[in-house]
Amino acid sequence: MAVAAKALPGKQSFNRPPDRFRTVAGVAASLAPAILLLITLTLLQQAAPAIRHFGIGFLVGTDWNPVTDSFGALPAIFGTVSSAFIALAIALPVGVAVAVVLAEQGQARLRGIIGTGVELLAAIPSVVYGIWALYVMAPWTFLHIELPISQHATTVGWLSLPSVRSLFSASLVLAVMILPTLVAISRDVIRAVPRGLKENAIALGATWWETTWKIILPAARNGIFGATILALGRALGETIAVTMVIGNRYEIPHSIFQPAYTLASVIANEFNESTGALYPAALVELGLVLILVTLVLNVGALLLVHSISRDSRLTA
Amino acid sequence: MTRAAARSAVSGFWLLLMYVLTFIALVPLGLVLWFTVTRGLPPVSHLEFFTNPFHPIGVPGGGVSHALAGTAILVGLASLMAIPLGILGGVYLAEYGIARWAAWVRLASDVLVGTPSIAIGLFVYALIVLRMHRFSGIAGSIALAILMLPIVIRTTEGAVALIPNGLRESGLALGLPRWRVSLQLIVPAAAPGVITGALLAVARASGETAPLLFTTLGNNLFKVNPLSDQLQALPLTVYQYALQPYKDLQDQAWGAALVLVVLVLGINLASRWVLRRQIRLAGQL
Repeated sequence: MAVAAKALPGKQSFNRPPDRFRTVAGVAASLAPAILLLITLTLLQQAAPAIRHFGIGFLVGTDWNPVTDSFGALPAIFGTVSSAFIALAIALPVGVAVAVVLAEQGQARLRGIIGTGVELLAAIPSVVYGIWALYVMAPWTFLHIELPISQHATTVGWLSLPSVRSLFSASLVLAVMILPTLVAISRDVIRAVPRGLKENAIALGATWWETTWKIILPAARNGIFGATILALGRALGETIAVTMVIGNRYEIPHSIFQPAYTLASVIANEFNESTGALYPAALVELGLVLILVTLVLNVGALLLVHSISRDSRLTA
Repeated sequence: MTRAAARSAVSGFWLLLMYVLTFIALVPLGLVLWFTVTRGLPPVSHLEFFTNPFHPIGVPGGGVSHALAGTAILVGLASLMAIPLGILGGVYLAEYGIARWAAWVRLASDVLVGTPSIAIGLFVYALIVLRMHRFSGIAGSIALAILMLPIVIRTTEGAVALIPNGLRESGLALGLPRWRVSLQLIVPAAAPGVITGALLAVARASGETAPLLFTTLGNNLFKVNPLSDQLQALPLTVYQYALQPYKDLQDQAWGAALVLVVLVLGINLASRWVLRRQIRLAGQL
């Protein structure tokens, strides 16, 4: 009760029965951490046969053969990580630019439209991005980006052998999908930069760009880093759109224009058809790898972003 | 050119570049909407598209009525589970948010929002499908409810935290017990914000494919019993039909994508409108 009394100044806590509402609401709220824990434990339990059978070798194996029960996760891990990082490389500059524009003062109408646009970008379902990427974007990028580049850079191995469904197409659609995450959090941390800093810079005669590049962005650096990590987590876990355009080939690609595979895509494509004991367990272990990585990234990034907004509240 | 003029020219260049990048960021939105509408309209313009279920390839008049009914049931059941629990959880965070446990709940909710939805599908498969020995609508609903819960918790918390302390104090001063203050005074006062959160969660759940793959699986028949039947859903329809080699089904996939986009963006715009009202109301309090 002491805590409740603190939460609500002026409330007297004498002679009150135990707060049953608080208990019930607390249980409902506790569902979130409970489910998170349960997901991890359940996947661990379901993956146990594969973990016992392959040990640490699962993470570095490159074979994926249900017939011989030989499973290794490396190509899927490679595809997941590389598609996510290429997507970040594309989305980060654009996302920070949008965030800077949105965090500026004035022109409320224009900013309102841009903000709504970015939010709608976040609202469009993954599968709609998928069908668009499959039938419109990937064929276009194949003809107008992948082919010309590979023809000009014939000696560059990692830009060779273009294909419609490729790591590059998947990264491009991922870049679009993680943009709203980057923008929303970066805009908030840029807005949280104390106004005084900006006003001081302008008073000293700095131009708009000098203020933004040398004062505001460095001050918001940690928060933008947090936003980047959160976006990375989204990109790693994205399933449907990526599955539709990455080409689904279980190999480490030699070129970014070649088909690849991701952890989530392998699970989405194969789980319902997996038979025996080891095959489904290996697929769940892919899911376990995915969820552990995103868990660590998300917790780290959230702590970073939260600590920044707390700091700015203190200094504001 | 003087040094000052050069500096201001550089600044102008970067400002322009930022706006160009912002424009580029919105291009995909326009393209996705444009192609979904232009490719989705022809199939959608037949009424049978909404009234008929799947027809075998070559038989004209196939539609997505089974998917519309399935999505309504899946998301409806998920809402029944997630929204009341989420509101309770959000009220807990807002009203008792100083408790140490609340910080963990907040972090866990935010992490759960970012958890890959395919992993939630695997989890519900192990939890429900393996035990029931069958794919079913209820398993799909539970997967969607897990997705919705943290969204409802966090938006409810945000909305309730906006309500001034005076309202709580007046309620308590009148001798109302804490639960009646929370549920009968605070939550109604924060209703627009709470509704916004619920709507956003519904929109998110309506568009999710990955958690349904291993739980409700999908169905070509018109089925409505979530306990015994596999149910079809709109996003599943888009996913499955888009990967078919038949032009007829690909067209229907675009049609279903259009219906899905209209549904999801409609809910989103509606929730923004509700939220704006909330902010205006909060300004008056």
